[in-house]
Amino acid sequence: MSILTRTPAHTPARSRRRTRVALVTTGCLVAAVLAGLIGILVGSSSLTAPDLVRTLLGGGTPGQELVVFELRMPRVLGGLLVGAALGLAGALTQTFARNPLATPDILGVTSGAALGAVLAIVVGGGSYAVGAGLLSLGLPAMAALGALATAAVVYGLSWRGGVDSYRLILIGIGATATLTGITSYLIARAQITDAQAASQWLVGSLSGMSWASVWPVLLTLAVVLPIALLQSSALAIGQLGDDLSTGLGVAVQRHKVIVIACAVLLTAAAVSASGPIEFVAFVAPQIVRRLARTGRPPLVASALMGAVIVAGGDAFARGVLPPGVPVGIVTAVIGAPYLIWLLTRRTERDTVS
Amino acid sequence: MTPALEVRDLTLAYDRTPIFDKLDLRIDEGGITTLIGANGSGKSTLLKAFGRLLVPTSGTVLLEGSPLRGLSARSVAKRLAILPQKPITPSATTVRELVSRGRHPHQSLFRPWTPGDSAIVDAALAATGITDLAERDAGALSGGQLQRAWIALVLAQEAPIILLDEPTTFLDLSHQLDVLRLVRSINRERGATVVMVLHDLSLAGRYSDRLVVVGGGRVIADGTPWEVLTPEILRDAFDLEATVIPDPASGTPLIVPAVDIVL
Amino acid sequence: MIALVGLVAVMTALSLLLGSNLISPYAVVGALVDPANDPGAVVWGSRVPRTVLGLLVGLCLGVAGAVMQGQTRNPLADPGIFGVSAGASLAVVIGVYVVGTSSVLATLWLALAGAIVASIVVFGVAALGRGLSSPVPLAIAGTAVSALLVALTSYLVLSDETTLAAYRIWVVGSLSGRTLDGVGIAALFALAGLVFAVANVRSLNSLALGTELARGLGENLLRARILGLAAITLLTASAVAITGPIGFIGLTAPHIARRLVRGDHSWLVPASGLIGACVLLACDVIGRVIGGTAEVPVGVVLTVLGGVVFIGIVRRGRIAAL
Repeated sequence: MSILTRTPAHTPARSRRRTRVALVTTGCLVAAVLAGLIGILVGSSSLTAPDLVRTLLGGGTPGQELVVFELRMPRVLGGLLVGAALGLAGALTQTFARNPLATPDILGVTSGAALGAVLAIVVGGGSYAVGAGLLSLGLPAMAALGALATAAVVYGLSWRGGVDSYRLILIGIGATATLTGITSYLIARAQITDAQAASQWLVGSLSGMSWASVWPVLLTLAVVLPIALLQSSALAIGQLGDDLSTGLGVAVQRHKVIVIACAVLLTAAAVSASGPIEFVAFVAPQIVRRLARTGRPPLVASALMGAVIVAGGDAFARGVLPPGVPVGIVTAVIGAPYLIWLLTRRTERDTVS
Repeated sequence: MTPALEVRDLTLAYDRTPIFDKLDLRIDEGGITTLIGANGSGKSTLLKAFGRLLVPTSGTVLLEGSPLRGLSARSVAKRLAILPQKPITPSATTVRELVSRGRHPHQSLFRPWTPGDSAIVDAALAATGITDLAERDAGALSGGQLQRAWIALVLAQEAPIILLDEPTTFLDLSHQLDVLRLVRSINRERGATVVMVLHDLSLAGRYSDRLVVVGGGRVIADGTPWEVLTPEILRDAFDLEATVIPDPASGTPLIVPAVDIVL
Repeated sequence: MIALVGLVAVMTALSLLLGSNLISPYAVVGALVDPANDPGAVVWGSRVPRTVLGLLVGLCLGVAGAVMQGQTRNPLADPGIFGVSAGASLAVVIGVYVVGTSSVLATLWLALAGAIVASIVVFGVAALGRGLSSPVPLAIAGTAVSALLVALTSYLVLSDETTLAAYRIWVVGSLSGRTLDGVGIAALFALAGLVFAVANVRSLNSLALGTELARGLGENLLRARILGLAAITLLTASAVAITGPIGFIGLTAPHIARRLVRGDHSWLVPASGLIGACVLLACDVIGRVIGGTAEVPVGVVLTVLGGVVFIGIVRRGRIAAL
């Protein structure tokens, strides 16, 4: 976060806040690494910590190598990256719209991805299970296509000599309703096996993760994260309203396009890899904001928190829960009570905005 | 001399409702110009066009001779600061952090925050008399204090031209005077060109070098306070029956509304 | 307002006259006058109940939406945000999963219970935090609780094919196959909700000026809040119980109403209810007609068309901000 907070360093409140942000960010980073390591260790075929170290250093049996490098690593890495993408996207949209309920889903991205994926399953899939055969290639592509197309249409429809974030959200809600209606109709009319596959996908799961699905997310994050961080100071100014932002030299429309594009790309990449693990984008920034006690969610910490939630949730599901519980359910079951607890516990004036 | 701000042939509209039609106006460097007019006369709209918050339907706005449209957002912000009527107070932000955001146009990836910036923020806090409040949460300030914080933000921007949209709204008389004295000292001591919108005509007369009366999509009158604040113009622009007498304290025009005639 | 009432009457007539069974208008009127004259009991067995229920549900959702947006002063607030739909879904799914029941009547009871329990939990959470005076914690609490309930629902649905089979039909929201039997209790809840909503109208007008000014105007904020929330819960819960979750009306009807009758809630709330009823019936009729024999459920028509119309409205003019 340091490049974003080059700010007058010498005031107590300011530096206390910076220390908190740094602390929270570091804590999230440590937790993410831990979640990753635990995620590699747990699972149906047992692997001990020494086994893992040996395998990572190149001394494992072929069986262990298969488990670690081909099965667990992509899944764990995928979980971390998907979580980070969702957390960052959520932080961007919540800050940009000055509204904690403005998650990327509200821009129509997720519903577009869902329609794309469900179309792929119901129309193209026959009776394949998710992740099988043609679907493993076609499904993410369809989801990404759906997400990007929807975002473009929503943005285009919102344009009237500039994009107003309020109008953008309203149009996003309209688009989401339309697309969700079509999606649930498809599911209601589909073969029951297809309906099952579609429902499975809609919850969000890491079970289909392979290296092929990890790379696009990694690439997207690598490109988008620096761009998003460069927008950080404009996001801070943006909290003062569009008029004053313009007065302070922010090219408001360009800034909005960049921020929305970042959020859309991140969400599209994440959702096409794992299905919509929707709750993460909402909860990760909110948790981090409360922990760091800042006015808006810190970007990097939000991304890391998202990674912790998804990878940790997946590890928990595989290690503790009966088999077959997708991560999307775990993240909600863990994340929601935590947010509720935070809500009931903290009562100071600035807890919500 | 090139005027600080100039509009030529300006037509302004909100969603196709025309506000101004083919307006020409020059603001010279150095003075305090106040736009006055009845409610809904478009004075704030005109100020927004000067501050490029509103894109004109046609015509041009020139900032120190160059068209606003061709300039980058940042370079405009270094020369022109605008304080809108209702800025949003962010949560969990101290006054100093708020004022620091005024330095935004001067910063970039390659020009990070320097002690010089801190000094400018300190000076802005001192000039507006809120140094003691610097570590307070902006949300906890009173109306007068918050208005000073916003003006401090604009000062920290260090632009030679400052636009203020009704800076005295919601303040009591003594705080209104406070803010206007502050504005005058900014003008006199820093040489800043100030353009503002005010409601109170007598205060506008007392603290401005030039008044521009707008209404009905045009400039009704333009000149020094004594030239503009005449009973005829007041009747024309504000539908107000009043006499104008010299203010016993400052010698500037004082508006005395006529007594209601009770039949 | 009179035009709206007229529109509702037209929609009612259309809803009675049109359907996948082609019956001449003359025969329909005949059947209405004399139930013994009803060909295949289509009119009294199917069209009348679904028309009545459609009116009721649409009215409930429209009113609930207007009260909701007035209470939260947030034009994005949808009654579903209180966990009502999610709670009803979970209860329905539990019913199918545990007891194996999916009859219309049992579903209705389960949905009603689930909806009410869920919204009480949401209010409880919000009340433990910053109290009910500010709408934002309420919205976050609602979103969080909903997410939790949806997750549990998904888990049950994914682990049992029968449950999924029943759930996926219920969740799109439909009037088809609904009869008036047993609806009485839901209608009673709806009626109570409507009464509360009417009692809340004046408070909504003062709340629109901000909580501080409202208090200054002598408003008892806590009472106004509780009354409003009770109205929203009862109305939405009974609507969800009858048709399954149909969310979009609660969000859009107040927006349309605000354009027609401006911001006074004593007009806005009833107008929003009438618009809700119109829209729901219209969508049900469209679903019946375009689907042929396999009619499209009203929930699908509503979200698809509603979304498109909503976008059109947003694009055409500034939606009046609250």
